[in-house]
Amino acid sequence: MSELKKIILDYVKKEYLEEDDDREITYDSPLISGGIVDSFSMVSLKRFLETKFTIQIPDAKASPEAFDSVDNIILLLEEFNIR
Amino acid sequence: MAFNNDIRNIYQKELADIRAAGIFKEERIICSPQNAEIEVEFPAGASRKHVINMCANNYLGLSSHPDVVEAARKGLDSRGYGMSSVRFICGTQDIHKELEAQLSKFLGTEDTILFPSCMDANAGVFEAVLNEQDVMISDRLVHASIVDGMRLCKAKTDTFKHSDMGHLEEKLQLHADARVKLIITDGAFSMDGDLAKLDQIVTLAEKYNALVFVDDSHASGFIGKTGRGTHEHCGVLGKIDIITTTLGKALGGASGGCVSGRRELVEMCRQKARPYLFSNTIPPVVVSGAIAVLDIISKTTERRDKLERNTSFWRKGLTEAGLIIKEGETPIVPVMLFNAKLSQDFANELYGEGIYAVGFFFPVVAKGQARIRTQLSAAHEPHHLDKALAAFTKVGAKFGILHKTKQEIIDQYGL
Repeated sequence: MSELKKIILDYVKKEYLEEDDDREITYDSPLISGGIVDSFSMVSLKRFLETKFTIQIPDAKASPEAFDSVDNIILLLEEFNIR
Repeated sequence: MAFNNDIRNIYQKELADIRAAGIFKEERIICSPQNAEIEVEFPAGASRKHVINMCANNYLGLSSHPDVVEAARKGLDSRGYGMSSVRFICGTQDIHKELEAQLSKFLGTEDTILFPSCMDANAGVFEAVLNEQDVMISDRLVHASIVDGMRLCKAKTDTFKHSDMGHLEEKLQLHADARVKLIITDGAFSMDGDLAKLDQIVTLAEKYNALVFVDDSHASGFIGKTGRGTHEHCGVLGKIDIITTTLGKALGGASGGCVSGRRELVEMCRQKARPYLFSNTIPPVVVSGAIAVLDIISKTTERRDKLERNTSFWRKGLTEAGLIIKEGETPIVPVMLFNAKLSQDFANELYGEGIYAVGFFFPVVAKGQARIRTQLSAAHEPHHLDKALAAFTKVGAKFGILHKTKQEIIDQYGL
């Protein structure tokens, strides 16, 4: 589980933070409501998860709430039996 | 009456919150034509003050140029005041078609369609040319009007880090399966004054079979050797599929915008773009003025050359005075102050010295990136810039930030 969390957190940091952005992101940081991931950029996070874990996340499940923190994403992945 | 006290209180509280957050915007009243020197009444009711304007988008100094004013007057006389119709009913005159043809020639494109503003052009273009099978991949610092236009479009969205070509390439690979991939960027970025790497973007677009969209509002008329824009500067004239730009900045400064580019894409806008279909276009008086502007800048590069000289002088002067500016080559020159309150205090002191410039801070720019954005004009004469430079130096010294590093300023004033 902690390894899974770290993979996702590392991706979020690499994908969404600029080099000089020193904001701390933790597993429960609000990503979308906190302004780290904007709604236009969510698609790359969805695609990353789908490619990494070989799953298809239906659009209905890819809501801003489901993607709003690493912890929430972990809950979403559990629905696909990824732990 | 539906607008009762309870409802009024909702809005009064929201407005109070905006004030409390320090982001309440107040208009400053200009009581003269737009120019390098203006008469300003600020705050409202205060006595008028004669100041040097360092914050207009009047890059070529054509907003009040006598030839433009005269052409506008003639347009008013010959084609009247308003059209009272949208374009496709009875709102298109010969001069609208003439201006569209002139813009195509100037920008080096196949066709052009006018919009009431570039905000409207950006609001309408994506929805008109893309659908849910397509993807829009935008730079993360594009203008707010592009963001709104993307929201109105059904195509998928993605973004790349500002001017990060490696990241853009990753995104083009990620969305290889889309019907149409549209790369979206500003030509000159309005807050930092930097230019998009259009040569590299076009190379990537060709490699991955993508289209390129550029909003050149802060470049048309003066960036590039003959002022065609960022695509001329980067050596990719004729390779940009969609250019949007404004007539509200360098090109006369009144109002209006356009979508210019591939013939079929422009035609799609004529058929489907809602701001074009459901509002009047630019009035004859503005069209006539804009035609005169294009005549002036197509005949000589004198004005953009002067702007370039003014920009070099200003960038060098501020740097030598010990202020921190964003490096670049455009006439958008941000003086970095980092702290929001300092940016406001600095602007107020400048106003006291007879220099009109505005401080920008979060949410207009990122937190800790507060600044005064200065903008040069071909209307500025050496004595204007000498006086403005002296004022920036005096105010900088007063706040003790000359020849200080970013960290030293942050240590002194906080973020």
